[in-house]
Amino acid sequence: MTPQPIVDARAIHKHFGTLHVLKGVDLKVAERELVFVIGPSGSGKSTLLRCLNRLEEPSSGSIMVDGIDMLDPRTDINHARQRIGMVFQSFNLYPHMTALGNVTLALRKVAGKSRAEADQLGHAALERVGLADRADHTPGQLSGGQQQRVAIARSIALEPRVMLFDEPTSALDPELVGSVLEVMRSLRESGMTMIVVSHEMGFARNAADRVVFMDDGLIVEQGPPAAIFETPTHERTRAFIGQIQRH
Amino acid sequence: MTNFERFLDTFFNGKVMLKYLPDILSGMVVTIELAVLIVLSGLAAGLALALIRSLAIRPLNWLIIFIVDLFRSLPPLVIIVLMYFGLPYGGVSPSGFVSTWLSLALVLMAFSEEIFWAGITSVHKGQWEASRSTGLSFGQTLMNVVLPQALRLTIPPLTNRTIAITKGTALGTVVAVTEILGEASSAVSNSYNPSPLMMGAAAYLVLFLPVVVLARRLETKFAWKR
Repeated sequence: MTPQPIVDARAIHKHFGTLHVLKGVDLKVAERELVFVIGPSGSGKSTLLRCLNRLEEPSSGSIMVDGIDMLDPRTDINHARQRIGMVFQSFNLYPHMTALGNVTLALRKVAGKSRAEADQLGHAALERVGLADRADHTPGQLSGGQQQRVAIARSIALEPRVMLFDEPTSALDPELVGSVLEVMRSLRESGMTMIVVSHEMGFARNAADRVVFMDDGLIVEQGPPAAIFETPTHERTRAFIGQIQRH
Repeated sequence: MTNFERFLDTFFNGKVMLKYLPDILSGMVVTIELAVLIVLSGLAAGLALALIRSLAIRPLNWLIIFIVDLFRSLPPLVIIVLMYFGLPYGGVSPSGFVSTWLSLALVLMAFSEEIFWAGITSVHKGQWEASRSTGLSFGQTLMNVVLPQALRLTIPPLTNRTIAITKGTALGTVVAVTEILGEASSAVSNSYNPSPLMMGAAAYLVLFLPVVVLARRLETKFAWKR
């Protein structure tokens, strides 16, 4: 690990009422690193991701992203969030706007670009995800895979320092998964720091620098993909890997 | 005279209709003025309340819910009468026109607040999250992402309610507003003939049919594929 992590989350706890979802999670991510977070449903991996850009308010702990203290009440959270892209399982594109409109909204409203500038950057972002010719389509006219790529373009247009992916391919038909993974691979090659919650084990094996296994609100073990998938040391990791590899 | 001729003579008496046509027309003008004022102020106030409610400030929301429930349960006629005959005891004496306008605007405000609010809450949580995650503030998200979607959902119930409440302008007759129904019924008592009432009915049709058709157009135009 490099000495200066770009994401440095320490002792993150999260309670939902009586439910203790995160029980003191530490996660450091180096610049340009691709970290895969896996674990059974309910293990807290999505909640951890959502705490990093404060879509969920952690109950306690500290989170630094790119030198910004995310939990400091004096931090301008809207400004900080521009540096942290997020891609959701259900795409969450704005249905009343075109693909280009989706990508340019934050450029205009948050980054303060003129419409012409935003359109130019928006077209460039759509180009990067291979959808330059779909700029004027509304989400309803796009396939799931295309929608998710527009969602990725919406994030990368803001030139974030970190990208968070929350099960980006789980809602997709199997034949559409490849196109989204392709875009994620090219993002990775461009040097983007990425934290990915996903069960795409093949992708994790090929692309991830590190795999983090979470269970019951804690990080159980982490390491290079080969180590986690071939020679997990913990019984719970073994059981989980065994289960998903049987499919 | 056949029965049919007698019927025509009673309900569609040409002489009577011609005589009272100017009255009915001036009634139409008053009705249109009232309707426009009610729709503009009622919907604006309803939307404002729904936006304030989305800020989730608890005591404020209790107040909004109380006001909304109050004006949704009271019969509009009661509100008009209370305002016209009751407010003078408080030192304010609104005219019949103003009483009718404010009363119906309050009722429309109450119903439309509920409809706008339902629209806002029906927009998926993921829309908020996607927008906030790109750095848009609460207000920017509300105005750019949530409200445009919410408004489309609200158009059908909103147009229904707006038309229903606007027709309530006829209640203005009890406080001497000279709108369509008021003009028609005084013409009926002056002429001893119900023909002006038929003209009144026709006037309502002329006014409201286009609105209903327009509303239907609006609903189709703003429906979009998900």
